[in-house]
Amino acid sequence: MKKDRLIHAALTVIALSAISGLALITIFVFKEGLPIILRIGVKNFFFSGQWYPREGKFGILSMIVGSLAVTAGAIIIGGVFGLGCAVVLTQFAPRRLVVVLKPAIELLAGIPSVVYGFIGVVVLVPIIRQYLGGPGLSILTASIVLGIMILPTVTSISVDVIRSVPRSYREGSIALGATGWQTTYMVILKAARSGIVAAFILGMGRAIGETMAVIMVAGNALEMPHSILDPVRTLTSNIALEMGYAAGDHRQALFATGVTLFVMIMVLNTIALTMSRRSAGKGG
Amino acid sequence: MMTKPYLHVIAGYGKTQYFLALFILLIPICEGCRDSKNQPVSVIGSTSIQPFAELLAEEYQKNELVSFVDVQGGGSTAGIQALADGISDIGMCSRELTEEEKNHFTPIEIARDGLAVVVHKSNPVNNLTLQQIQMLFSGRIQNWKELGGQNMPVRLIMREEGSGTREAFINLVMKKNLVSRKALVQESNGAVKELVRYDPAAVGYMSLGLVGTELKSLAVEGVNPSAEQVSLGRYQLSRPFLFVLKTDTEPRPEARKFIDYVLSDQGQKILESEGLVRFK
Repeated sequence: MKKDRLIHAALTVIALSAISGLALITIFVFKEGLPIILRIGVKNFFFSGQWYPREGKFGILSMIVGSLAVTAGAIIIGGVFGLGCAVVLTQFAPRRLVVVLKPAIELLAGIPSVVYGFIGVVVLVPIIRQYLGGPGLSILTASIVLGIMILPTVTSISVDVIRSVPRSYREGSIALGATGWQTTYMVILKAARSGIVAAFILGMGRAIGETMAVIMVAGNALEMPHSILDPVRTLTSNIALEMGYAAGDHRQALFATGVTLFVMIMVLNTIALTMSRRSAGKGG
Repeated sequence: MMTKPYLHVIAGYGKTQYFLALFILLIPICEGCRDSKNQPVSVIGSTSIQPFAELLAEEYQKNELVSFVDVQGGGSTAGIQALADGISDIGMCSRELTEEEKNHFTPIEIARDGLAVVVHKSNPVNNLTLQQIQMLFSGRIQNWKELGGQNMPVRLIMREEGSGTREAFINLVMKKNLVSRKALVQESNGAVKELVRYDPAAVGYMSLGLVGTELKSLAVEGVNPSAEQVSLGRYQLSRPFLFVLKTDTEPRPEARKFIDYVLSDQGQKILESEGLVRFK
């Protein structure tokens, strides 16, 4: 009994320290970042594209656009391929293939992001520069790299969601004379819809927070992008690029960039959680 | 000593408790490794100086088996920050110190370096004036054709805020002019090199000693960039490579010894053979 209580107490302390870490980070980031947003004004911070730290101009609009564009691109690419993988793995692939494919896709999650970035720079950038034009470092490049990076997240969650659709749905549909594809498309995916949306949103959260690979392939220019072949700077890249140097207002503005990112990710995660809860409530 | 009684209590239990033991043990172990006396001399800062400092450290360690030198990048400003925080023994800075920094830190010039403006090998442009470079990077010249090159939009490549190379470039060329917002920003000399090497429309700048043979460096005001022209003071884009120390605290003797080595004839010869200009 004594042993039990000891373990109980120890685990509680560990769990609480993890959560208090999160709380401390939140308080710190907001404490450092919020004052400057209020001081220079919400409009000048969020709705201006003028980022000239030396002149005291801290407008992050082009970076918000950059982050959103890159993330949207990633979710289109990662979503299509991830969902495709999930459907094949759960519905069509023979068991022997699944045993090989699923761990292989999950292995993608273990590759460090700097490796993705490096491959992006060495392989993807020259191809895009040569065949599509522009500097090669672009929204498109970043989207492709991020799309591959979020593939494991999207795939493995989608697989779990699709597998949790009750067997009777499938059997009922087949019994009514639907083909395998009709069953998948009209019954299974529809039943798993909200879970799949949650998978996409978690992938999005990962894409929007990724830094290293994006710095390497997105070009980091401050100009507002006009096409997917233009370079962009994302919120995360901005923090990582300038943090080492920043002091005073500039440092605070970077924390404010962090606050923006924080809120965006919080919103995404909340949506994902609500979605997956709703799907669990419906029983599939 | 403090950990012993805990260990006794925990040793009686199953496997899970080993993690706890490990966790508790780790704290004093990490404390211990901090104040060991044979700690390497830590040199942190400019990524432009880093490769040269690494080379020097390597040669230094061949001769002096006693003390190790640990070289890290991060950027000039980050290097000075690390020095201020007591993380490093020596900061590397590839620009002049600011007035503010001069109050707290002492610079030691270890060499001079030229700043080369680099383009793709196929670019027909050979020579630019300072003003043309300024117009290029502020976005007033947008096509190579305006400089006698091919009809191609100019692709500017800058370094990140806090980079000594960027600061030096802004002080020497841009002065008060703002850099074009279209400029791509790369985090290291290596990344700039990689881009310019494969992009016919790109123009960037980097340490003269790092240009290598894959890029073409332009003459500035009619003077070809070379170590010789830098030492003669004719090539205008030059900057100091500094080792920085805290003014108010004496460096550790190991650090002092490494600096002496770098400033010695032997150390300077190594820098010279790598394309830098010896300090006066």
